[in-house]
Amino acid sequence: MKFLLDDTRRRVLRIILVALLAVFGGLSVSAPALGDSVGEEYSATVFGNVKVDGEPIAGVRIVVDGGGYTAETVTDSDGRWSIGVPEVRNYNVTLDESTLPEGISVLEGGATQEVEFGLTDRVAKNFFIGEGERNETSIFDQIVSRFIYGINFGLMLGLAAVGVSLVFGTTGLSNFSHGEMVTFGAVAALIFGVGLQLPLFIAIPIAVALSAGLGWSLDAGLWRPLRKKGLGIVQLMIVSIGLSLTMRYVIQFVIGGATEQLPGFDSPKINLFGAVALSSTDLMSMGLSIVVIIAFAYWLLRTKTGKATRAISDNPDLAAASGIDVDKVIRIVWIMAASLAGLAGVLWAYFRPGIKWDMGTQILLLIFAAVTLGGLGTAFGALIGALIVGVLVEMSGLIIPADLKYVGALVVLIVVLLVRPQGLLGRKQRVG
Amino acid sequence: MDWGSILNNTLAGFLTPTTIAFALAALGLAMHFGFAGLLNFGIAGFMAIGGYGYAISVLTFGLPWWAGMLVGVLGSVVFALILGIPTLRLRGDYLAIATIAAAEIARLLFLTTAFTDVTGSADGLFGFNSRPDGSGFQNSNPIPQGTYGFGPFTYNEQTLWVLVFGLIVLTVAVWFLWALMRSPWGRVIKGIREDEEAVRSLGKNVFAYKLQALVIGGVFGALGGIIYTAAQNISPGVYVTSLTFFIWTSLLLGGAATIFGPVIGAVIFWVIQAFLSNLLPALSTSGILPVSTTQASTLRFVLVGIGLMLLVIYRPQGIFGDKRELTFVK
Amino acid sequence: MSNNEKPQKTTDLHIGDAVPGCKKKDPMLVIDHVKKTFGGLTAVDVEHLEIPSGVITALIGPNGAGKTTLFNLLTGFDTPDTGTWSFMGTSLSGVPSFKVAQMGQVRTFQLTKALSLLTVIENMKLGAKGQSGESIFRALFPGFWKKQDADIEVKAMELLKRFKLDTKKDDFAASLSGGQRKLLEMARALMTDPTLVMLDEPMAGVNPALTQSLLDHVISLKGEGMTVLFVEHDMHMVRHIADWVVVMAEGKVVAEGPPDTVMKEQAVIDAYLGAHQETDLGEVTGRINIIKGEDK
Ligand SMILES: Nc1ncnc2c1ncn2[C@@H]1O[C@H](COP(=O)(O)OP(=O)(O)OP(=O)(O)O)[C@@H](O)[C@H]1O
Ligand SMILES: [Mg+2]
Repeated sequence: MKFLLDDTRRRVLRIILVALLAVFGGLSVSAPALGDSVGEEYSATVFGNVKVDGEPIAGVRIVVDGGGYTAETVTDSDGRWSIGVPEVRNYNVTLDESTLPEGISVLEGGATQEVEFGLTDRVAKNFFIGEGERNETSIFDQIVSRFIYGINFGLMLGLAAVGVSLVFGTTGLSNFSHGEMVTFGAVAALIFGVGLQLPLFIAIPIAVALSAGLGWSLDAGLWRPLRKKGLGIVQLMIVSIGLSLTMRYVIQFVIGGATEQLPGFDSPKINLFGAVALSSTDLMSMGLSIVVIIAFAYWLLRTKTGKATRAISDNPDLAAASGIDVDKVIRIVWIMAASLAGLAGVLWAYFRPGIKWDMGTQILLLIFAAVTLGGLGTAFGALIGALIVGVLVEMSGLIIPADLKYVGALVVLIVVLLVRPQGLLGRKQRVG
Repeated sequence: MDWGSILNNTLAGFLTPTTIAFALAALGLAMHFGFAGLLNFGIAGFMAIGGYGYAISVLTFGLPWWAGMLVGVLGSVVFALILGIPTLRLRGDYLAIATIAAAEIARLLFLTTAFTDVTGSADGLFGFNSRPDGSGFQNSNPIPQGTYGFGPFTYNEQTLWVLVFGLIVLTVAVWFLWALMRSPWGRVIKGIREDEEAVRSLGKNVFAYKLQALVIGGVFGALGGIIYTAAQNISPGVYVTSLTFFIWTSLLLGGAATIFGPVIGAVIFWVIQAFLSNLLPALSTSGILPVSTTQASTLRFVLVGIGLMLLVIYRPQGIFGDKRELTFVK
Repeated sequence: MSNNEKPQKTTDLHIGDAVPGCKKKDPMLVIDHVKKTFGGLTAVDVEHLEIPSGVITALIGPNGAGKTTLFNLLTGFDTPDTGTWSFMGTSLSGVPSFKVAQMGQVRTFQLTKALSLLTVIENMKLGAKGQSGESIFRALFPGFWKKQDADIEVKAMELLKRFKLDTKKDDFAASLSGGQRKLLEMARALMTDPTLVMLDEPMAGVNPALTQSLLDHVISLKGEGMTVLFVEHDMHMVRHIADWVVVMAEGKVVAEGPPDTVMKEQAVIDAYLGAHQETDLGEVTGRINIIKGEDK
């Protein structure tokens, strides 16, 4: 692997590796206990929060049962409960109403309700409890709140998608390892925010910075040498698949197969209007995404490097001939792509919620859907595509089962390829 | 460390239903990518449809095993047509994305609880290989009960039946691909891989040829899924994108544009897998490798990833491919 | 045919005056109102054009005149905004490119498309039409196609000899030089036994000595009843073999007629050199001395 690393670089990397291993070693011990948990040996979890008018209720008995497995627990002082289950399948969750305070009962759906897992192996089950009558959530409120969720998801997806789009535009590579760059950001935040117990406002910037470092080293150590070697785009694509497998399993090696949480993932929901409720992390996530996207747009449209990036996407030979340092710009593109992906990873860890070694593979196809929808290689197209995919995924949950909601987005991806292969904002290729 | 058992288990990797299934699927990819230049990243979807087609027809519709397998194959033909008719006009990398998405759609449809009665959702399906009414695959097993073979190649009559059946299917598939690729049909297919416009300008219906190639490779993939399923239960967790990538690795190991390469690639892949999955945990328990046993078994997939990268970079034609006949010129 | 002989020209092809869009006595291709724009640019805008059958027609015009685009449209590789055209009386609008080729109208590409990882002989054999072994079911059993394949190989070898590529028979096309690839592509197109062969700059990059022998070959094709339409920038060559010349500029047909007269037309000289220059086009665009010497 002589092209991969020269000597100094190798030494630096080894130091980083040793440091990381040390950190990961500490991580497994310091994983936080969550509420009152049973079945922690399983990676799939059903969890929830029992509250009345925002007040947590402790000591409520919850029973999960299904597939021959039964387990029960009681809520902790924050009203939280969590039960590990052996399989990702449907379970009946029962809230023992006799353990609720006097005069309070489950208002909707009965004391026993079914839960089904989406694509992740964590599912929340909250009961609507309280005194007296509760209004049914109107269909309008549902649409609005799904839409807002969709925008939130879409913004986050957009952060990840512009990177794929920039890389494709400047190098022609469909990067299959982008999903793992997303996971990497989340894992880095986990290491620093949970493993080292740093406050989040420090841990997240470190995670993004590390992601940027990852982008830099991938370009310096892998992609640039391969470009110099003159590999074709199909070859590069398969290399990116190899890289994706490598990174995915290295991450599993490090954090194991279970789902981990970042601090504050279950922050309480704030009622905005009607039945539309968002948690403070949701709001911060949206705000952060918007700020970063605006900064990104400014970079792409106004700065010299941004303009050079667009010039290269347009016509690499012409750009090189007109004195643009293509390699330098591509290096910056990789750094940008990786940091945005890393940030998206952190936000996604809150949105799912949870961090798992294979979370990147789940989002990769949605990123591709967004990028193709917008038109391969156009960054703003990717943003618009991401918003559409995000909203579509969330809204489709209104009509199709939750575990099929990604199918809608993928079907749209294929349909778009049929009708408008150049995407929404892309241009037609010069054929022949 | 017990080198004897490591060696034994490694050698056993040579011939298992899984190895045969991989060889068939890799053969399908060779048709798609190696010969026709179609970037199919959805081979796992074809395998899933083959396997589920077989299992569901037997369990839900009570068909005899051979009819069930036929349904699996037909299912993959239909999948290839649905996928190919719209997407084969697309440029290479779009096709890659469309196929990987289609395979995920197929997997999610098998996974969803919406169709639990038929697909068993996350649990998958079982009990279709042996049927109480005698119509199952194992019910037709002509091999008397007992243990056969020697050393690492010791099988009971059930596994042996799957192996015999699998090897017959594989042999037919290899012959089929070989016969096609030496014919004028194969010439057109390879021409399309090089430049489809040129082939079109000579009056060949490029689209029809690509569709034929997609269907044939897809059927091979489905047969792989069927052989895999004939040996065990079926569950959606198997048919993830990693499976597709592992089969790509097998294909590239042997050589994408060769007939025997994919078969040998699958064998090498599984022998190495068997070796590492025995060696690494042993190294870890004996304290040589300072990681836990779970971590040690994760390491082998890391090595697959690194191996795939090195292969594509340094030996893209595969172990058996002709140096000049790389399939990556574009 | 040797270098010193002047090829027999076919004359008297048109009806009425030789003006752009004039009628032909026996047209093979008839083009009406074909227009193609790329964004704001009108690449092709042909009101009416007829290509005479059984003769050699040259399509000339400065760079960017729309010649290649017109080829693409006529052969179904691109779709025009408007217009209709017919080949031997059959309308070809909307007909896919491979069907156009099957009907006998075969083209080559300006930017050569050799099938790099096929050998030269495989490239050639791919060209042959009506191969029973190209159907997937018969392909499995060599009995159906062995004999035909051998015949095709004989025919391919004859053509390869003609194009001086016979020694390269078993080499990958990728190893050929640029000029050799051009030759291979032309030879491959001829393997289809076309009725009308459309060559996009067939001689660009081919050495003069070989050019001469290929020109002879093209002329003999005409003798066998094939119609040839070719794009060429070398006016001497055009003058030497073309029976009819169509001149395009900025997407339009600006002149047509027999080679000797059309090149003297002011519109043609204007199209190439800008307004009002008194030069013989051959002086500026010729590159082959053999022909030049003989022409004078
Ligand atoms: N796909 C396309 N997209 C945009 N513009 C195009 C496209 N194809 C051709 N053009 C433009 O159309 C015009 C005609 O191009 P064309 O290739 O037909 O010229 P030509 O006559 O063959 O020239 P040359 O003699 O140099 O080969 C040119 O200005 C070219 O830039
Ligand atoms: Mg041209």
